[in-house]
Amino acid sequence: MSFSDDLRRLNEARWRVAGGLTIAMMVVYFGFIGLVAFNKPLLATLLRPGLSLGMLIGVLVIVWAWIVIWFYVRWANRDYDAGVAALRGSL
Amino acid sequence: MTSGLGDPNAVAITGFFLFIALSLGITYFAARRTRSAEHFYAAGRSVTALQNGLALAGDYMSAASFLGIAGLVALSGFDGLIYSIGFLVGWPIVMFLIAEPLRNLGRYTFSDVVAFRLRQVPVRVAAAAGSLAVVAFYLIAQMVGAGKLIQLLFGLPYELAVIIVGAVMLVYVLFGGMIATTWVQIVKAVLLLFGAFLLAILALARFGFNPLALFQAASDQYGAGVLGPGGLVSNPIEAFSLGLALMLGTAGLPHILMRFYTVPDARTARTSVSYATAFIGIFYLLTFILGFGAMVIVGQDAIRGVDAGGNMAALLLANAVGGPGFMGFISAVAFATILAVVAGLTLAGAAALSHDLWVHVVRGGTASEKEQLRVARISSALLGVLAIVLGIAFEGQNVAYMVGLAFAIAASANFPALLLSVFWRKFTTRAAQASMLTGTVASLLLIYLSPAIQVDVLGNDAAMFPLRNPGIVSIPLAFLVAVVVAVLWPEAEAEKGFADLERRVHLGATESS
Repeated sequence: MSFSDDLRRLNEARWRVAGGLTIAMMVVYFGFIGLVAFNKPLLATLLRPGLSLGMLIGVLVIVWAWIVIWFYVRWANRDYDAGVAALRGSL
Repeated sequence: MTSGLGDPNAVAITGFFLFIALSLGITYFAARRTRSAEHFYAAGRSVTALQNGLALAGDYMSAASFLGIAGLVALSGFDGLIYSIGFLVGWPIVMFLIAEPLRNLGRYTFSDVVAFRLRQVPVRVAAAAGSLAVVAFYLIAQMVGAGKLIQLLFGLPYELAVIIVGAVMLVYVLFGGMIATTWVQIVKAVLLLFGAFLLAILALARFGFNPLALFQAASDQYGAGVLGPGGLVSNPIEAFSLGLALMLGTAGLPHILMRFYTVPDARTARTSVSYATAFIGIFYLLTFILGFGAMVIVGQDAIRGVDAGGNMAALLLANAVGGPGFMGFISAVAFATILAVVAGLTLAGAAALSHDLWVHVVRGGTASEKEQLRVARISSALLGVLAIVLGIAFEGQNVAYMVGLAFAIAASANFPALLLSVFWRKFTTRAAQASMLTGTVASLLLIYLSPAIQVDVLGNDAAMFPLRNPGIVSIPLAFLVAVVVAVLWPEAEAEKGFADLERRVHLGATESS
C-alpha cells in the first residue's frame, strides 16, 4: 500500500463524513426555514399551553447542530486522527 | 415606571472602568510578549481549545446579538428565534468544511488558503477587498450600537462615545495584538454568558423556573401569535435568502477565520469549534428567555418607549428584575462586548491590509519581521480611525440588520472561493478572483438597490431589487462565476499544486517545511 493511496483514502473518508454531515445540517435547517416560509399555521400549532410546534422545532434545530458536531468530533478524534498518525508514520 | 436609563449609573460606570482597567492590564502583559508578526496576528499559536472556543464565542456573541436579538424577541416573539438559529447553524459548516483545512494551509488570513496554489497577487487583492467590505459593515453595526448604548447609559454625546470606543479598542490592538484581543474576548465571553444566565434565572424566578409558564404569560398578554411565525419574514424567498446568508456567512467572516491560526494544530481547532458551538447555542437559548422575559415583565410599550428598535430590552429587564445595580452590571458587560468585538474586527482588517496587500502584493512576499509588525500596527491605526468615522457617519442605522448584511457579503465574497480552493482540483486564479469580486460587488450592489436603502433611506417609492437580503442571488452567482471561469480558462499550474494542498490539508505544514 503506497503513501498516495493511503492519502487518497483518508481524503475521501474525510470529505464523505464532512459532506454528509453538512447535508444533514442543511436539510434540517432549510426544512425549518421552509416551514417558516410556507406553513406558518403549522408552526403556530400549540402542543401545550405556552409551547408551539415552531418553538420546539427551533430548539431541536439547535440541538441537532450540537449532535452533528458531536458526531463529527467523535469520528475525527478516533478514526481520522488515527489515519493521519498512520500516514505521518509511513513518511 | 422610570427606566433608569440616561442617568449616570454608578455600577455601570464602575463596572465599565473595572473592565477597562483589567483589559489594559492584559494588554500590558500581552504587549511584552508581542515581538513578531506571529504574535501580533496569531497569538504565537499557543491558544488552547477551551480558550479559543471562548474567544470564538466572544467574537460571535456581539452586542448586536445580545441586545438586538433579545429586543427582536421582546417585540416580535418567535420571529427572533429565526435569527438565533440562523446564527448558530453556520458553526457546523465551519467545523466540517473550513476550520481544519484552514489551520493546516494558512498562516494569518484566509487569503493564505485561497492563494496556496494560485498566483498570489490577484488572489490577495480580491480577497482583501472582500475582507475589508465585511469588516467595514460589521464595524458600522458595532460602533453604532456602542455609541447608542453609551449615550443612553451615561448620557454622553454619541460622537464622543464612538471616539472613546475606537480609542480604547485601538490600544488593545496596537500594543497587545492578537494575544490581548484574545484575552479581552475570553474575559468578555465569560462575563456575557454569566450575565445572561443570571438575568434569565432572575426572570424565570417569577414564573416558577418554568419557561413554558413564561411563554404562556406572553401569549396571555399579547396573543398566541407571539409563539408562532409572524410578519418579520413575510416573503418565502426572503426567508431562504436570509437563512442562506446567515448559515454560510459565518464561514466567511475574516475575524472568525483568523482565530483558527491562534491554536497549535488542527485537532485543537476542531475541539475549539465544539466548545464555541456549545457556548453560542446556550447563549442564544438564553436570549430567547430574556426576550420573552422582557416582553412580559417590562412590557412592549415600555421597551419601544426607550428605543423603537427594542435594543434596550435586555437592559430594561435587568433593571426590572435586579434593580439599577444589576442593570449597571449588564450594561458594563454589553459595553465590554462591543469593545472586544470591535478589536477583533480591526485586527482582521489590519491583517488584510498589511499581510495580504502590503507584504504579498507590494513587497512580493518578502518583508522583515520588523517591517511586518510596523505595517500591521499602522494598518490597525488606520482602521481604528475608519471605525470611528463610519460609526459617526452611520448613526441611526439598524444594528442587527447591518450585521445581517455583513454576513451576506461574507457568504458571497469569501465563502465560495475559500471552499472551492480547498475542494476543487480545477479551481484557478482567475476563477478565485472573479468569484470574490463578483460576490463583493453583487452583494453590495443588491443591498444598494434593495428596499432597505431605496425605500427606507432614500425615500423612493419602490426598489429595483425586491429582497432585503441579497444572499439567495449573490451566493449562487459567486459559485457560478467561479465554475464558468475555471472551465473556460484552465490553469495547469494550479491543478499541479492541488496534490500538495491535499497532502497539507491532512498533514499540516510540519513535515513539508
